[in-house]
Amino acid sequence: MNAIAPVGISPSAFLDRGDVKGNAARLRAADYLRTVGLPRAGVEAWKYTSLRALADVPFAAARRDVDAGAVDTLLAEVETISGLGAGASRAVFVNGRFDAGRSRLPQGVRVAAFDPAAEMRDGIDPAGDVTTALNTVLADDGLALVVPAGVDAGCLLLVSIGLAGEDAPVSFHPQHRIVVEEGGRLAVLDAAVGRGYYLHNPLYDITVQEGGYLSHARIQAEGKKALHLAVSHARVASRGVYDSFTLTLGASLSRHEVHAGLNAAGASVHVNGAQLLAGHQHGDLTSVITHGAPDCISRQTVKNVLADHARGVFQGKIHVERIAQKTDGYQMNQALLLSDTAEIDAKPELEIYADDVKCSHGATVGALDDDQLFYLRSRGIPGEAARSILIRAFLHDVVDQIDDARLKDSLNLAVEAWWKREVA
Amino acid sequence: MPAVAETRKTVETLGQNTYKWGFETDIEMDIAPKGLNEDTIRLISSRKNEPQWLLEWRLKAYRSWLEMREPTWAKVHYPPIDYQDVHYYAAPRKKPGPKSLEEVDPELLRTYEKLGIPLHEQAMLAGVELPEGEEARPPVAVDAVFDSVSVATTFRKTLQEAGVIFCPISEAVQEHPELVRKYLGSVVPVTDNFYAALNAAVFTDGSFVFVPKGVRCPMELSTYFRINARNTGQFERTLIIVEDGASVSYLEGCTAPMRDENQLHAAVVELVAMEDASIKYSTVQNWYPGDENGKGGIYNFVTKRGACRGARSKISWTQVETGSAITWKYPSCILQGEGSVGEFYSVAVTNNHQQADTGTKMIHIGRNTRSTIIAKTISAGQSDSTYRGLVRMMPKAAGSRNFTQCDSLLIGDRCGAHTVPYIENRNMSARVEHEATTSKISEDQLFYCRQRGLSEEDAVGLIVNGFCKDVLKELPMEFAVEAQKLLQISLEGSVG
Repeated sequence: MNAIAPVGISPSAFLDRGDVKGNAARLRAADYLRTVGLPRAGVEAWKYTSLRALADVPFAAARRDVDAGAVDTLLAEVETISGLGAGASRAVFVNGRFDAGRSRLPQGVRVAAFDPAAEMRDGIDPAGDVTTALNTVLADDGLALVVPAGVDAGCLLLVSIGLAGEDAPVSFHPQHRIVVEEGGRLAVLDAAVGRGYYLHNPLYDITVQEGGYLSHARIQAEGKKALHLAVSHARVASRGVYDSFTLTLGASLSRHEVHAGLNAAGASVHVNGAQLLAGHQHGDLTSVITHGAPDCISRQTVKNVLADHARGVFQGKIHVERIAQKTDGYQMNQALLLSDTAEIDAKPELEIYADDVKCSHGATVGALDDDQLFYLRSRGIPGEAARSILIRAFLHDVVDQIDDARLKDSLNLAVEAWWKREVA
Repeated sequence: MPAVAETRKTVETLGQNTYKWGFETDIEMDIAPKGLNEDTIRLISSRKNEPQWLLEWRLKAYRSWLEMREPTWAKVHYPPIDYQDVHYYAAPRKKPGPKSLEEVDPELLRTYEKLGIPLHEQAMLAGVELPEGEEARPPVAVDAVFDSVSVATTFRKTLQEAGVIFCPISEAVQEHPELVRKYLGSVVPVTDNFYAALNAAVFTDGSFVFVPKGVRCPMELSTYFRINARNTGQFERTLIIVEDGASVSYLEGCTAPMRDENQLHAAVVELVAMEDASIKYSTVQNWYPGDENGKGGIYNFVTKRGACRGARSKISWTQVETGSAITWKYPSCILQGEGSVGEFYSVAVTNNHQQADTGTKMIHIGRNTRSTIIAKTISAGQSDSTYRGLVRMMPKAAGSRNFTQCDSLLIGDRCGAHTVPYIENRNMSARVEHEATTSKISEDQLFYCRQRGLSEEDAVGLIVNGFCKDVLKELPMEFAVEAQKLLQISLEGSVG
């Protein structure tokens, strides 16, 4: 911790690809990548996750002409995982590009073409963190969707399909902007799947206006060799709700960083998640919830189930500003280790500057409870079945936090599928 | 909400309190010139008549310190420290031992008096030679560290009979070099961190305790640390070794004179517990916190670490931190022996512009090791207080347990309270539980006390003491009383 800090590794392969001319945000982001670079060891925000896997790898732009058959196979896989059939409205992205032919956008919403020159909304610093900067420099497509005031736009399946070879690494950096206007409603089931060696680096720019409601569940089921670096920037206005969930199943290395800002009285945000990892997978869920106004509510429950050599990381910060009196913040982080070689690293953090608040966090880490196992076994349930019951109950508990029934069903299906595939 | 308004008002008036123990003793001092280089270290080493190996150890520490950077990860802010603008050695001039208290420097006596040291202990501290056959028997042995040199050590004889060595570390270097050489730096290596390296290079004195096999130390050991001379860095080095089946309880209390310039303090405490040994280390820290505008105050950068080397050994840290402008302190336990136990009980109070970043590290290495962390943080005025703790379960720590509870209390809306726990688990059968809460004194609690006739100040005192009860009850009796008084004094004015 005392060694002189070297500048991080420069992601030159990415910088060479980005066209930053005439775009202030891109210039700033590129400048950040050039000077600060990928986080070096010892950077607090990246204490438990290393991006060495990105250094020295010449990630090329992802191809657009991909095998249509493979796309359809993966799309069918998503439909199976999510339980949302072909009839549901959906937006399909293949290698980061919008696939109009396979998409059916919901009724009553406004969709704009992606405009790389469009400024990101206030409050997102393109050079605030490496994931945002990388996306800002290279974003060339994304969903730009507005749910008009008072409209309930139903449920949208947002699919990302990555297709790459095993040896020629590619990357894609979609930038999705979702605005839910006053009193509007939308549920988004966001599923990422793929095959081959690729980096998926999406950015979600989310605005929930007064009384709006956005439910956003992500199923990250990327290919085994994939890298996944996602960042969400959510801003919630008075009486608005942003109910988010991240289910991490895939990728060899993944991180989802959530920055949620409660900017007006009475806003609420849920940043829940579960990471189910096996093999040598590394999954990181990092969140910063900022209470910037009085009377806001934040809820966070994150669970990890880690098998084999998997490593799970949770870093959650609740920041309560001076003005945010009557804040109600709760954070719970739990992990189950299924093997002696798995590892969990957790850093649940409270930073509080207001006195009249109710903030608490809890964390438990360990193996299955022997008493609970004994209880089930004493009732004639075999050991393995008892373990299975307990672990799935542990996970159902967090999936249950999602309000939207459709999303809840989809996530439960995905959890069950993972269980059957990886553990049972 | 009259209570809130009043609490706020009283917090604002808090700064008008003067530091109760802000006084300065004027005694002739032997001071080394300002600045740090190899010559300073050689001077310290030769003044203390140290063996060659210790000088080399110091120089090694100094050379690695030169390569290090001051840590910046803690949530504390202060102007850069000029390490060349500090005196690294200050010792009271040696005089032959006085025959009675009348011969003792009255300044020194007044210091003791303000510290509340009983008269017969004062005599012993001042090195008064008692007539033959007359032996006072207070229950506590005091090794007073008066600036960097231990002025006197009392009750040496009683301890000697039990086989316990309790003396200034400089003396231990002369008389028990094999023990010092074996254990010094074995828990906190010279290269451990910036401040520990600095301490290793320039430490002038501190306490040394050795409790041999099977001995239960017959009395509580206590040291009063005082920072006294102007612009003198205080670099204490404490080493406590407890052998198989032995036990000791060590008390450390601090007060310091009021002054304007910030003072640097970088102490190192090393504890070693062998099989079935137990060490209880209690601290009440009440150094000058600076005035109500954040001017002055002690910078307290301390490295405290205990190694539970043997099976079933136990190390327990208890601290009440009310003083210092800046506190950077993480008393830790390395739980190596199978079934060893680590404990950390802490109350940290910050007021005005104080900043405290304190917590603990529990490193579970051995099987079935257990640790408990109870940290209570109280912030008032414009202060910032952070709990920062690490619990790490190593792959072999099967069946180990940790329980952590961190509670913060905010008084007023201009202060901050932060909790930064790190939890790392690499063993599936190890279990870590952590919980933290942040709140303020509720209107209901205040109202309940007030309607039963308690003044607001007494009510808050009662509630704060209740909030800290889990920690205060871990303190030895005499410290618990002092600590309760301290909490009251620290929050005085903020509440009525």
